[in-house]
Amino acid sequence: MTNRRQFPGSMRFLHWLMAAMVLTMLGIGIAMVASLGGYHSLVSIHRPLGISILILVVIRWVNRRLHSLPPFPPTMSPQERVAAHASEVLLYTLLFLEPLVGWGMLSAARYPIVLFGSLHLFPILPHSVMLYAFLRKIHTFLAYLLFLAFLAHFGAILFHTLIVRDGMLSRMLPGRAAAR
Amino acid sequence: MAPPGANQDAKNTSGDGELLVGAAATERQPGPLTAGSRLARLAGIGVLLLAVGGTFLYLGGWLSPDKLTPARFVDEFERVGGIHSGFRRNHAKGVCVRGFFESNGQGTRLSKAVVFQSGRVPVIGRFSLGSVDPHATDALSTVRGLGLQFSLPDGEEWRTAMVDLPVFPFKDPQAFYDNLVASQPDPSTHKPDPAKGAAFLASHPETARAIAIIKSHAPSSGFDNTAYYGLNAFRFVNADGATTYVRWTLTPVQPYEAGAGASQGENQDKNFLFDGLIASIRQHPLQWHLVMAIAQPGDPTDNATLPWPEGREQVEVGTLTLNSVESEETSPARDINFDPLVLPAGMAPSSDPLLSARSAIYSQSFTRRAGETKEPSAITPSEVQK
Repeated sequence: MTNRRQFPGSMRFLHWLMAAMVLTMLGIGIAMVASLGGYHSLVSIHRPLGISILILVVIRWVNRRLHSLPPFPPTMSPQERVAAHASEVLLYTLLFLEPLVGWGMLSAARYPIVLFGSLHLFPILPHSVMLYAFLRKIHTFLAYLLFLAFLAHFGAILFHTLIVRDGMLSRMLPGRAAAR
Repeated sequence: MAPPGANQDAKNTSGDGELLVGAAATERQPGPLTAGSRLARLAGIGVLLLAVGGTFLYLGGWLSPDKLTPARFVDEFERVGGIHSGFRRNHAKGVCVRGFFESNGQGTRLSKAVVFQSGRVPVIGRFSLGSVDPHATDALSTVRGLGLQFSLPDGEEWRTAMVDLPVFPFKDPQAFYDNLVASQPDPSTHKPDPAKGAAFLASHPETARAIAIIKSHAPSSGFDNTAYYGLNAFRFVNADGATTYVRWTLTPVQPYEAGAGASQGENQDKNFLFDGLIASIRQHPLQWHLVMAIAQPGDPTDNATLPWPEGREQVEVGTLTLNSVESEETSPARDINFDPLVLPAGMAPSSDPLLSARSAIYSQSFTRRAGETKEPSAITPSEVQK
């Protein structure tokens, strides 16, 4: 039975999996640059987690193209629909670009990009420390932007759930919340 | 009106007939909130968003201005030594070298790292003096450093930054930082305040003990006949999964010769240590044996101020040969961060708090200098050629 009010199960699964990974990643990223004792452990998680997010966002984008989406709730104004669509594009773009910039900046600095044990990635950019320094700044900027985009997304869904009360969150929740 | 939560519970647990009712309920607009309820809910949303934002600010260190972070550590180096565009924030003066490491295979019983399998891997490195000033006058008493990068055939790397001290004067990053603050030049005398230095030593007996050990080794005459120490303990894992804690040393094949005291410095140019290294490497390749000291249970593996007892097993795992020298201005080694935690599989950090801190601070220094204009090195290409 297709369920037109909810996102397909695969999309909901990827959404919550990536939500947990991205929030963890933002926390690790911001903590590690301010940490001496925890720096190495955090960086060792940051690299493979970032690459996992890069792989998942590509899978998620392909998956999204393969499915039709549930309609917006009627409580959303046309402007709000435009904003929701724009924020989705922004989030997908950031989730793709941020790990790619991370990989690129380590490549430009010729750091070995170790994932686990002896498994490491090939460099994707030429060796240039100037390029590294530039991408390092971009990496921070995109991380802040991603965090702000997450806060806006979180704030919007809280608003719809607690103030508008249109059941918007149920579209993304597990189970058959709004089945018919 | 039913609260949305109650609706969802009903929908989750009910049969088909009730699902339609539940679905219909969500299409109806719920009744309006009272002004007070709306305000309370808005406030709740605000609190949640602030809590998330605050958590991130806390993690990033913004809410704890006294927390020692990599950035604040490097700021202190810059306060002591000024900013020298494009140079490392410490060990700023240096020259680059190349060569190879020939493993004798003995290390494979300690670590599965490819670098210890019999054979040769290329090495690039950098000799340095432990000063924040890239144009400092060479002195026998200045700490000598050697950073190395071993390029393994499977694409892995091993990087290490070693110094000529058998033990390190500071047990953790906070002690290093506090000493840095205590050694800041006084604005009126332009010299460090001796009272602050004495106070630091009085409150850090481990530093006083380490300095006594360091002072019992008279510095050699040059970079080439110096031993270099990895300082921190590392955890090695071999192919069977067995763990060994080690500290490594590069012991020079070039015979020890005591430095000629103050007169040596006075009679020679301000780069006499680097010029000596250049002349020496020109005459013949320079060699060091890489020796692993093996910890016994109970030996300190988390405190680089403490030496291990005499008589620990020493395993020579190979020989480092350095056969060419190049100015930083033309060598790729200038742009290498000799981060001691760039390690191949089979080598891992111990719990020594200095290791992660070194990694974090070197990376901070690297990021800052990477984006700066690179000023000429004190050891210019013509200095290397003359």
